[in-house]
Amino acid sequence: MTLTRLFTTAALALGLASTAMAQDKTKVGFIYVGPIGDGGWTYEHDKGRLAVEAEFGDAVETVYQESVPEGADAERAITQMALQGADLIFTTSFGFMEPTLAVAEKFPNVKFEHATGYKTAPNVSTYSARFYEGRAVQGHIAGKMTKSNIIGYIASYPIPEVIRGINSAYIHAKKANPDVEFKIIWAYTWFDPAKEADAAQALIEQGADVILQHTDSTAPQAAAEKAGNVVTFGQASDMAEYAPFPRVSSIIDDWAPYYIARTRAVIDGTWETTETWDGIGPGMVAIGEITDAVPADVKAEALAMKDAMARGEYHPFTGPLNKQDGSVWLTEGEVADDGTLLGMDFYVEGLTGQIPN
Amino acid sequence: MGAIDPTLLLAAIMVAATPILLAALGELVVERAGVLNLGVEGMMITGAICGFAVAVNSGSPVLGFVAAAAGGAALSLLFALLTQLALANQVASGLALTLFGLGLSSLLGQGYQGIKPPPTPRLDLGPLSDIPFLGRVLFSHDPMVYLALGLVAAVWALLKFTRAGLILRAVGENHDAAHALGYRVVRVRVMAILFGGACAGLGGAYISLIRVPQWTEGMTSGAGWIALALVVFASWKAGRVLLGAWLFGGVSVLQLNLQAAGLAIPVEYLSMSPYLITILVLVIMSADRSRAPGSLGRSFHASQ
Repeated sequence: MTLTRLFTTAALALGLASTAMAQDKTKVGFIYVGPIGDGGWTYEHDKGRLAVEAEFGDAVETVYQESVPEGADAERAITQMALQGADLIFTTSFGFMEPTLAVAEKFPNVKFEHATGYKTAPNVSTYSARFYEGRAVQGHIAGKMTKSNIIGYIASYPIPEVIRGINSAYIHAKKANPDVEFKIIWAYTWFDPAKEADAAQALIEQGADVILQHTDSTAPQAAAEKAGNVVTFGQASDMAEYAPFPRVSSIIDDWAPYYIARTRAVIDGTWETTETWDGIGPGMVAIGEITDAVPADVKAEALAMKDAMARGEYHPFTGPLNKQDGSVWLTEGEVADDGTLLGMDFYVEGLTGQIPN
Repeated sequence: MGAIDPTLLLAAIMVAATPILLAALGELVVERAGVLNLGVEGMMITGAICGFAVAVNSGSPVLGFVAAAAGGAALSLLFALLTQLALANQVASGLALTLFGLGLSSLLGQGYQGIKPPPTPRLDLGPLSDIPFLGRVLFSHDPMVYLALGLVAAVWALLKFTRAGLILRAVGENHDAAHALGYRVVRVRVMAILFGGACAGLGGAYISLIRVPQWTEGMTSGAGWIALALVVFASWKAGRVLLGAWLFGGVSVLQLNLQAAGLAIPVEYLSMSPYLITILVLVIMSADRSRAPGSLGRSFHASQ
């Protein structure tokens, strides 16, 4: 098709022209899966972007595209950003993994950073946070707070990241309260407030009085607030507007230091492919304020666990732990290796139901 | 496996179906007048934020819903101007309206995140609400649920029995003939478009004021497109739109409940079931000879 070729050439020329113009400025692009106003996951990534702008001022220009669906359209969005002359592109959702790699192959001079994935390339790094450390703290508080012994969990997609969170929360809830039971709903979305609210409602009707979420909006918090006696935790962002109750604590992602460091590496020309996976210790994962709705002794235990993880003395996945089918996963004192954790596709013993795949 | 309480489930279905029901009903009238407005999603989200902002500032959910209808209608007026006066392409204008509505709503919504809207009280139906089972399922909802149901009946009766409905359908079936008979095609269509916008706005506000109660950017996340599809699968009939909305809302809520109850059906099947079942049922029902309005999507100019 001549017309298509004409457009492609024009687009390429435009891209080259803008690259040439932007040479004195480093252009950093961000691809978001939800809107920046989701109050959760994407909101925190955008805070990181703003921190990059504040740090470098006029030396850096940032661009972003929000609500990019995971799938074929993501490749178009990333390509467009590369054509616009971005030097560094952060793609901030698991489902952008293959599109990121595909685009990276076409633009060897552009650096790519993919969040929460596990595939790298000469110009593609991965980065993620050890959210499961935060989930351990959450699980402990949840186990202590529940009166019905039923904890609801709104999961998004069955990927290792989400399964790790469920396992970590369950292990620590079970330690705190041996009678605890998890009810899990797979929402198959990262962001759909109405569906998240419905899922929370369904869990509450099934007797859950603690709701954990791995979706991005604050809708489950609103549903819990409406129900009145249900405990929730902020996900990805502090969600402090629902404190002190129902939101009693939160897991906060702090991407700003990482984004600043990687942008500086591109400016200095020292950027290399890396696989970063930081937790509470380096500050990529923070625990939001534990409110007074939590009894003081539970709060103290939770904070002690957080500190032990920050110092590297405690690992949330420490044996003895069995898989769901009863087979031994970790023996007494054994600690899970990162490889297993990154590819986690099984529940630990005690969880019911099956992981969809 | 925990048991699902059918009373609570049916009550939840009534609520889950309302936003798409309102939006689809509005679009049904628009399409019966021969106009294809793909901007439902944009009008819904605009209604969601207009309603939310006014309800928060005035403290009155009723004013909020009025503002939502006005906001949705105002946005649809833009579409009416483009397609009925400037004779722009309806598909392109509708898509543009959705994009514009999404952008406009996140602009208007600055500063409204994390705020609680005033609660919408349940309609007090006295002793009716105390009837076991039926009381909880049918007679203990907010007024909007009943308004939506009333609108279904009103639209159905209007289209079927009244002169106004006949004119509207005539305009939609063959605008040249309607024009030759002396009916004001453009005026009828503009009014239909405004009605559609107001309904979509109400549907959006139902999500932001009652179903989720909060404002989040992009919170309708595709409900407008579902409503659009529903109109087609419902063969442009009000009763079937209601059925479709209940089916879709119902199966969506049911599958979440089944998951929570730990039923051993693979989650993938549960997740796709709302779409599959709704389409299947409505397609089977439309096996009769119902078809799209004859002038659907075509521009009209009196000189032609």
